[in-house]
Amino acid sequence: MDCREIFEGLSEYIDDEMAEKTCKEIERHLEGCENCRVVVNTLRRTVTLYHSIEPESIPGDVSLRLHATIRLEREKSDS
Amino acid sequence: MEHTVPTDTELIERIGKGDNEALELLVSRYEGLVYNLAYRMLGNRDDAEDVLQDTFFNVIRSLDKFQSRSSFSTWLYRVATNAALTKLRKRSRRDRSETEFLDEANSVQKLAHAGQKLTDWSESPSDRLLNSEARKKMDEAIDELPEMYRVVFVLRDVEGLPAAEVAEVLGLSVAAVKSRLHRARLYLRNRLSTYFTGETA
Repeated sequence: MDCREIFEGLSEYIDDEMAEKTCKEIERHLEGCENCRVVVNTLRRTVTLYHSIEPESIPGDVSLRLHATIRLEREKSDS
Repeated sequence: MEHTVPTDTELIERIGKGDNEALELLVSRYEGLVYNLAYRMLGNRDDAEDVLQDTFFNVIRSLDKFQSRSSFSTWLYRVATNAALTKLRKRSRRDRSETEFLDEANSVQKLAHAGQKLTDWSESPSDRLLNSEARKKMDEAIDELPEMYRVVFVLRDVEGLPAAEVAEVLGLSVAAVKSRLHRARLYLRNRLSTYFTGETA
C-alpha cells in the first residue's frame, strides 16, 4: 500500500474499525514512512484533544426558562 | 426498598396520558445533552438556548408520532440536529465553499507527497496543547467546518456516538459518515498543525 491508499483509511485505523488484514498492511507501511506516521499521530492527538473538552453544562437560568416555557405551553394546551 | 428509574418509553406513555411530571422528568434527563450539542454546533449560549427551546417544542409537538422503532435518544438527536442546522442556516454567515474545505482537508497528503518533512506535535507538553489560547483555536476550527461535516464531527467525536448511530440520526450511510468524519478530522488536524508548528499546507 502506498501513502495515497492508506490516507483514506486513517480515521478507521485510529478508531480501530478496520479489518485486521488492512490494519496490518497499514502498520507495515507506517514502519517505513515517517510522514504517514506523523499524520497518524497528529490526527489521533487532534481527536483526543477534542474528546478532552468538558461538556458545556446547561446554565441554571437557561434550564429554568426551558421548564417554565414548557409548563406554560402545557397549561395553554390543557385549558 | 427497590427504586426503579422509569425508562424513556414509560415516560413517553405517561406524557401521552397528560402526565406533566413525566414530561419534566424527560426534559431534565436530556436537556444537558441537547444544550451541549447545540452549543458545539452554534458556538454561543444564546443560539444554543434557542436551539434547546426549539428542540423540546418540536419533540413535545410530535411525541405522539414517535414510534419506538429507534431509541428515543436517537430520535431526539435527530430533532436537535435539525433545529441546530436550521439555526445555523439562518445566520448570514458565508460558509467557505466545500471545494475550498476539501482542498484544505486533503492538503497534508500533497505536502507529504512533495517530500516535505512533517512536524510531529502530538507529544508536545499538554500545557501547550490544552491552554486557553489553544482551546480558542480548536473552537474556531470547528466553526470553520461546513455544516454537514461539522454535524458529523460533533455527533461522533464530541458527543461520542458510534458511527452507525450518527448515520441513523442523519439519514446517511455509515460509509458517508466515516468519509465526512475523516475529512473533518483532517481539516482540524491541519488547523491545529498550523497553530502548533507554523507549518502550512
